Amino acid sequence: MTNDAQGTAAEIVSDGPSVREMVVNVGPSHPSTHGVCRIITHLDGEVVTEADLVIGYLHRGIEKIAENRTYLQVVPLTDRLDYVGSMYNNWAYSRAVEKLMGITVPERAEYLRVITCELQRVASHMMAVGSAGNDAGATSFFVLAFWIREQVVDLLARLSGSRLTYNYVRPGGVSFDIPEDGWVEDLRALCKKTPAALEELDRLFFGNVIAKDRTKGIGVLSAEDAIAAGVTGPSLRASGVDFDLRRDEPYSVYDRFSFDVVVGESGDSFERSRCRLLECYESLRIIEQALDQMEPGRTTAPSIPRLIAPPAGEVYERIESARGTLGVYLVSDGSVRPWRMKVRSPAFTNLSVVGTLAVGHTISDLVIIVGSFDPVFGEVDR
Amino acid sequence: MKAEDLSERLLKEFPDLASSFSIDKGEAVVTVSSDVVHDTIERLKGFGFNQFEMVTAVDRGENLEVVYILHSLGMKVVIWVRTFVPRDAAWVASMVDLYTAADWLEREVYDLFGIEFRGHPDLRRIMMPFDFEGSPLRKDYVDENIIPRPDYI
Repeated sequence: MTNDAQGTAAEIVSDGPSVREMVVNVGPSHPSTHGVCRIITHLDGEVVTEADLVIGYLHRGIEKIAENRTYLQVVPLTDRLDYVGSMYNNWAYSRAVEKLMGITVPERAEYLRVITCELQRVASHMMAVGSAGNDAGATSFFVLAFWIREQVVDLLARLSGSRLTYNYVRPGGVSFDIPEDGWVEDLRALCKKTPAALEELDRLFFGNVIAKDRTKGIGVLSAEDAIAAGVTGPSLRASGVDFDLRRDEPYSVYDRFSFDVVVGESGDSFERSRCRLLECYESLRIIEQALDQMEPGRTTAPSIPRLIAPPAGEVYERIESARGTLGVYLVSDGSVRPWRMKVRSPAFTNLSVVGTLAVGHTISDLVIIVGSFDPVFGEVDR
Repeated sequence: MKAEDLSERLLKEFPDLASSFSIDKGEAVVTVSSDVVHDTIERLKGFGFNQFEMVTAVDRGENLEVVYILHSLGMKVVIWVRTFVPRDAAWVASMVDLYTAADWLEREVYDLFGIEFRGHPDLRRIMMPFDFEGSPLRKDYVDENIIPRPDYI
């Protein structure tokens, strides 16, 4: 039917600015966004033409709060940054304070830090891999990954007293020595039996034809783009960049262990998740070596005052967290409170590439891509 | 690589950086004025600093200090680039044309410190709500909702 005033129906359709394009809002609390993240997607049919990530829903101003707390009071705050890997935040912050103060940490404390942080890496990667599988519809895989995570978290709870926010690594050392209830034997038993469970996970998801179809070739990040975008950690290594702070710029006692750095090739969602799974084997290897090398001794440096007032200056300390390079930039003005604390969060920079990677994929693939970068929004928003 | 080795190689390549180069607590630091910071970082990128690790600001009273930390995957070392901008006319050139990583990191500094990054393609708030006013991480920021914490120390 022709209408002179408005033109034909076909003309109206082709004239419209974006009749084919549809704007769909995902989030802020969509179950697949791994936290409170809002993604404004522009869709052509089912294909994403533009994705704009809106973050900040979990912004608690931890960097501002830290300016009004004493140095030791900041440690529990850092737990709340990356709440899936609290140990790393404790450690990176403690290293920054120790460098400002010039404290030497006892060797046993360094070994305990390595052991707990590698346990934390297994727990964190199991969360990441499990939920990445859950995004692709593999719920049984998710449950199995969480079963492994539970055993690790139980051990960490017996050591530090809590399951999620440990407050274990502190400036000068760690808060408790190993309990006398057979903790070491249980940890050794865990290191023995977990590889078989990881093997099963690997076969269950990464050997599955449907899972491969769903994740291979999705969200391919080239090595050049990954470096330019500041992507670090397993997400960078999955793109074929052979870099790990633990091996290449060793801190603490990491230079005393032999382990392999897991490097991927294709840089797609499949590779990113699988690199995380394979890293768990290496973490268990490091834990076994650390248990062998560890000797009795102090777990905190002597004479750490309750009220720390470091000399004025600034430091930047970085460690390899489960998500990548975690850095803490700390400025002291000589008083008992930090003048400025900045957390260089790996999840924040890793997440910034998702918007461009999603273009050209379907909206269901967008979910897979977000999951493969393992964002933790406590750390993204801070 | 140690900062001392870096300083030797860097100053051989760029002798004019000698006056602005220093080593602080084992870290290589270049302090430059804000109008040449883009130029300096571009040269450092050509020298091998291929990762833009972070940018942040520190409130120094009269001035705001902007700190860039660059990392080299090949040389396995970081370098700091520091510059100072006046508090009431706080702007520096954007580094998005050199590193895409600068996009969100500069938006964060713009949001929390009110420093303008000229040349940034999409400079808007990222942490705070879009209609928020003020720069919360500046020391002179006041908010009537913030209750002063009693000082028990």
